[in-house]
Amino acid sequence: MTDQPLVKMRDVWLEGRSDELWNPIINGVDLTLQKGEVLGLIGESGAGKSTLGLAAMGYTRDGVRISKGSVEFDGIDLLTASAAVKRELLGKRIAYVAQSAAASFNPAHKLMDQHVEGPVQHGVMGRGDSEADGIELYRKLRLPNPDEIGFRYPHQVSGGQLQRCMTAMAMSCRPDLIIFDEPTTALDVTTQIEVLASIRDIVEQFDTAAIYITHDLAVVAQMADTIKVLLKGDEVETADTRTMLSAPTQEYTKSLWAVRSFERPLKPAVQTGAVPVVSVQNVDASYGTVPVLHDVSFDMHEGRTVAVVGESGSGKSTTARCITGLLPPKAGQILVNGEVMPPDYRKRNKDQLRQVQMIYQMADTALNPRMSIGQIIARPVEFYLGLKGRERRKRVDSLLEQIELEPSQYYHRLPSELSGGQKQRIGIARALAAEPKFIICDEVTSALDQLVAEGILRLLARLQDELSLSYMFITHDLATVRAIADEVVVMKDGRVVEQGPKKDMFKPPHHAYTDLLLSSVPEMDPDWLTNLLNERGVDNIGDAAVDKM
Amino acid sequence: MILWAVIALVGMGALAWVFRFAGQSVTGNAPKFRDMPYGVAFGYVLGAAVLLWLVWAYTQGRSSDQAIANKFFFLRIAIEGFIIFAVAAWLFRILGRSLGTAWSKKMFRSMPLTASFGILTIIIYAIFAIFAGAIAPYGQEQIIPGVAANIVPGGDPALGGNPEFYFGTDQIGRDILSRLIYGAQNTVGIAFATTLLAFFIGGTLGFLAATLGGWLDQILSRLVDVLMAIPSLIFALLLMTIASVWAPQLGIPLTVFMVIIIAVIDSTRVYRLARAVGQNIVVMDYIEAAKLRGEGLGYLVFKEILPNATAPLLAEFGLRFCFVFLTIAALSFLGVGIQPPLADWGTMVRDLGGFVNYAQFAPLAATAPLLAAGAIALLTVAVNFVVDWMLHKSSGLKE
Repeated sequence: MTDQPLVKMRDVWLEGRSDELWNPIINGVDLTLQKGEVLGLIGESGAGKSTLGLAAMGYTRDGVRISKGSVEFDGIDLLTASAAVKRELLGKRIAYVAQSAAASFNPAHKLMDQHVEGPVQHGVMGRGDSEADGIELYRKLRLPNPDEIGFRYPHQVSGGQLQRCMTAMAMSCRPDLIIFDEPTTALDVTTQIEVLASIRDIVEQFDTAAIYITHDLAVVAQMADTIKVLLKGDEVETADTRTMLSAPTQEYTKSLWAVRSFERPLKPAVQTGAVPVVSVQNVDASYGTVPVLHDVSFDMHEGRTVAVVGESGSGKSTTARCITGLLPPKAGQILVNGEVMPPDYRKRNKDQLRQVQMIYQMADTALNPRMSIGQIIARPVEFYLGLKGRERRKRVDSLLEQIELEPSQYYHRLPSELSGGQKQRIGIARALAAEPKFIICDEVTSALDQLVAEGILRLLARLQDELSLSYMFITHDLATVRAIADEVVVMKDGRVVEQGPKKDMFKPPHHAYTDLLLSSVPEMDPDWLTNLLNERGVDNIGDAAVDKM
Repeated sequence: MILWAVIALVGMGALAWVFRFAGQSVTGNAPKFRDMPYGVAFGYVLGAAVLLWLVWAYTQGRSSDQAIANKFFFLRIAIEGFIIFAVAAWLFRILGRSLGTAWSKKMFRSMPLTASFGILTIIIYAIFAIFAGAIAPYGQEQIIPGVAANIVPGGDPALGGNPEFYFGTDQIGRDILSRLIYGAQNTVGIAFATTLLAFFIGGTLGFLAATLGGWLDQILSRLVDVLMAIPSLIFALLLMTIASVWAPQLGIPLTVFMVIIIAVIDSTRVYRLARAVGQNIVVMDYIEAAKLRGEGLGYLVFKEILPNATAPLLAEFGLRFCFVFLTIAALSFLGVGIQPPLADWGTMVRDLGGFVNYAQFAPLAATAPLLAAGAIALLTVAVNFVVDWMLHKSSGLKE
């Protein structure tokens, strides 16, 4: 009993149903997890990591089945166990933390009512004890006001706190195994670090085994004892974290590790007196009566990339909306090539609209699902340049070639038939079709896997060199900034707190906020989180530190 | 009586337990029986009991004793109809799977039997409606000389029928079959036109309200609220009464008024849906991209929004069609809808309604008004089956 592994999955094959066929998702993967061990599952989206994680609970989503193999939890075969046996295990000895806590909590009930449900239903403890224990767990997870937070509704609590509440809920029965499914992916870096620290703490304290699913290598390096890499349903390799980071054996793993090495050469400083392509001058803006931007000013020059960084709510995207004219500023002005733009996009003429193009974060919602790729790209070509018939087709084909997609193959496809990275390329092509000099890239890589994201960044860099485009690159990922930016603008609470060339920004001394942002980005070093916590103390990371500013 | 019900319930409860236990021991504790909740087992037993009763009732309906057979006559017809339609739908689906383009074959492969029944029925109705003049043996207003009124359907002379008029004749001696066929043309045709008009009005205004918002949205929405606050059938009845005074004065057929009145009343529901669907689409990034490109309102509504709203609108079209259809039948039944001598199913039900009283001892005579009622019911059910299926498909639910 003692040396028996907690989870033993042998030769597990999973299949998903689509178009009336069973397609393989996981092809014969083994997984062994000892008591108290943390296993990191990494891979691109579609690699089957979530499906495998759920299969470790003996559970499959609708339309997915386990076609072969065995799943044992503490000696109990989960695939043949009866519903009654499983009911005893799930929630009590095995718990699950989903990616989006906001979507997983029932908005109609208070947090504590949802927290106690597990222990009370499973008969672990009574309601009173369970509530007291909940408060204790909230305290351990370093939630603010642990005595009161449980009596709030989910919408009254921030995303990072909600994610910790969900971890507390998973802990409520003191399970032997918790499955974390990308618990920090949707969070800002400064919030993520808090959640990571508290999850790691509590897992260590109760000696809980965990399967940690993520696509972020730096995160998994902090959390896991062992890492398993998946690619398209196949296991690539498994090794303990330090070995995996220092000496990956497989090509695919190496390529994952190498992604972050992409960096563009520095460009010479801008000549003084050059007219900026776009100039934002003393812009104030508000939504209704709520002010969101205060005196924002910065310039963007030809052939250069300005990265605008900051956490969500800092006003990055609002600045973009002011430039495009979707949100007319209350004060200040936008200049394009030295010409003052009308504040409202409806007042701008066709040529003014053409000069400012935008690429969106979610390629899914940025492309009309009912239009073919050809139609999507052809529309701006026809609208702005007046090309028709064969000429239009030729232009669309050349644009598709520019974004490295074969025209004959993609022209008639619908967006739903494309992968995430390809969709984002179509978004780029649509922006290029207007032949602009300036493109706003709003978090264009944040919804993509790292390898795909790198491809997009390289494409954008190449296009910039060829067409001498200027980019305003909105992001919260500092690795992306390091890769592509020439200048950096740091925003917080609707103000520009620091701006300058990239080489100065990544060197101290910084503004305190820039420093915090920089230090919150996880690094590949497995000791990074430990060192950071030792250096700063648990109360000086993440949102707590932001609030102190 | 109550005692019997309790005994039957307890008996079935015991049977359910036995059923589950037997299942467990025979299959060697297979997961299907092992994890079966008691309620599900009870459901199986209850279902079996109902099925047994139906079989018994059907044999009663086929009984040689006329008195007993009459009691179960309609149940017998219903069961036979159900089986015939199921087989027809199944054959139709097989036909669809083996003929046509790759696209239509694929559609038929994933189609449930209910949907294929619905499509088959709609096609048959459409054929009857379009070719009514060629199919119907007599004219809709033709009083056939020398033929008695009120011939009983069934065509059995012993029971008062006439093989030449299988569906019988009405109170003034018109052929019911012909009137049913022409009724398809009148009732269904007018309902279709009305629904189209309702969608044109409601859809256009709804999308405009969603795209432009602001005061236009406010004015239209409040107006729609006011119209929706009035019970629709009574409102329609009121307006039709007014229209029936105007129609002869203006020289416009009353039917035109009816189409417009029902279309306007029903367009309020379409407006609500179009506005709600439109609002969800307007916030998408691709709409923002189109706006920033400088596209006009027409392009936004027809090229960007409409194609993405077709699935819910089409589903609503099916439902709305049924409601419009029922409203027309109801108005005709009340005497202000489609005017005689035009054949209309609602009017036919009203005219022959008295025969329902004979259901106990002469079920064939009672069938006369039920034929038109059945035609209405069948089409409504068929359309709803198709709509259900389309909703299921557009919502992306997997089996």
